[in-house]
Amino acid sequence: MPGTVGTGEVLLEVDSVAKSYGALDVLTAVDLSVPTGQALGIVGPNGAGKSTLLSVINGTERASAGTVRFAGRDVTGLRADARARAGMGRTFQIPRPFTHLTVFENALAGATAGAGLHGRAADDRALEALVMADMLDVANTPAGALPLLGRKRLELARALATDPRLLLLDEIAGGLTEAECDSLVETIRSLHAGGVTIIWIEHVVRALLAVVERLVCLASGVIVADGEPDAVMRSDEVRAVYLGGGL
Amino acid sequence: MADLVPGAVRVDRLRRRMITVQIIGAGVILLLAMAPYVFEPSVTSQWIKLFYLITLATSWNLLAGFAGMVSVGQQAYIGLGAYGVFVFNDLGLDPYTSALVASVVIGAVAFGLSFIAFRLRGGYFAIGTWVIAEAVRQIVIRFDSLGAGRGRGIEDYTADPVLRNLFTYWLALGILVATLIGSLFLLRSRMGVALQSIRDNEVAARAVGVDVTRAKRIVFVLAAVMAALAGSVICLQQIGVQSPSQIFSVSFSAFMVFMVLIGGIGTLEGPIIGAVVYYVMDLYFSQMGLWYLVVLGCLAIVVTLFLPRGLWGELRARFDITLFPVGHRVVALPRPAEPDASASAPAPRTSPRTDATATTASTEG
Repeated sequence: MPGTVGTGEVLLEVDSVAKSYGALDVLTAVDLSVPTGQALGIVGPNGAGKSTLLSVINGTERASAGTVRFAGRDVTGLRADARARAGMGRTFQIPRPFTHLTVFENALAGATAGAGLHGRAADDRALEALVMADMLDVANTPAGALPLLGRKRLELARALATDPRLLLLDEIAGGLTEAECDSLVETIRSLHAGGVTIIWIEHVVRALLAVVERLVCLASGVIVADGEPDAVMRSDEVRAVYLGGGL
Repeated sequence: MADLVPGAVRVDRLRRRMITVQIIGAGVILLLAMAPYVFEPSVTSQWIKLFYLITLATSWNLLAGFAGMVSVGQQAYIGLGAYGVFVFNDLGLDPYTSALVASVVIGAVAFGLSFIAFRLRGGYFAIGTWVIAEAVRQIVIRFDSLGAGRGRGIEDYTADPVLRNLFTYWLALGILVATLIGSLFLLRSRMGVALQSIRDNEVAARAVGVDVTRAKRIVFVLAAVMAALAGSVICLQQIGVQSPSQIFSVSFSAFMVFMVLIGGIGTLEGPIIGAVVYYVMDLYFSQMGLWYLVVLGCLAIVVTLFLPRGLWGELRARFDITLFPVGHRVVALPRPAEPDASASAPAPRTSPRTDATATTASTEG
């Protein structure tokens, strides 16, 4: 088992998962096992299938083949909403805000539907998520009026409001300034310290390496490297993927 | 806006406003319920039309404005509601009970039809609902007992026209009140945020755990029941159905869209205003024949171009007013007043906390 941190109990198990759109194979037989409490980073060139992998894990897309097991349960047949209620939170690379609702109501959707909370408890959870994502000051702003950065933060806040055991982050640091990126890294670190398992796709490798203890490189729909982050970044496979030479 | 400090905020749902609305609402309902004792039946029978128009506009707004399901097939349920009165009247129930029983049955029919309609999205959903409505009409006119293609009257009706008008008036008012109260509480519940999240982004709604299909189905059935009740009121008022093509007419959908867009889609107040506008136009201009439709169309174009949020949407944006509060507002918690902060002279440097106290007081209720 690659990676050092984690209780050893497997939280997520992706077993020979494939995804194709017609003749186009985006993922071919991906195996990935993530122990509870681990922070796993995923790197890879554009079009490697990273976002598709997250979509197959959280149920936004159905796998063409293979199984996804979460917390000891086969969730392959479950829709995204059922997986969210089971404890999978997900942010989207291209933000998908509920534009006519306020920032608070966006988070509240996660707290009520995802975490299954009612009334005060749901309000408190949503507020807590806004504080964690540093968005409390814009709580009453309609989400459609947020600039891109705010929309990215909203993705995080909304996912956090669902009280996830597994947090799937899709390029959440892209486009941020250094200071913003640092504060985001702090947030994700504290979540990780609080026991949340994280899978994080990111091109901003510096941010990624500040958090994750295991790194996977995905290229052309297969995992080409998996292990300790520095070792993976130095590996020949990753160099080949990024600097040419093919596979 | 006050500075919102972690740990010193609460969520305001305008509870005080809700209490005021409930008291005033109860008063208005009471007055409307007693109106037939004051006004002539010729006046109150006009109001019946206004009541069912508001009911229809509200139901379509719930469907399209809050849940994002743009249907142009609600006439299926209007027609079924009207014909349902005949079915249960023939079985021996009085026409008013028939209307209520029929609406429950039609709710069940809509539940079944939702499995077909939900296979389609967006524009295809709209067309699909229209096709379903046409299919329903074609099936209904197969029954000779329902007058086939000719329409029919209610057999067993209250004989006295004054009482008939009175009962129909109360039924229409009751249906309207139930529709408005039901919508208000539905939208204030957890379901309200869930529905609007579906409308704004279905994929993201699923990803945060919203059971999209279930929520949509609930609203689809509710809107069908409301349309059915409105349809039965139309039937009761006209003492029957003049022709199936009239009660199953797609123009009902057109008018619902008109009322909701004019008034303001996605607000509870908007459809009421839109229905009143349409009702007044209909009252005074419907004799103009074809020109009436031209005027309606022009009004719709002008409003969508210059007031894209509708009349109420524009008012709300400008004056920040709400009659039926369904949103959430995060406000700073009031702090115990500090002696120096209450002084009238502005302090050299006001702390964010005292600012917060001041603004909370003004945003309250």
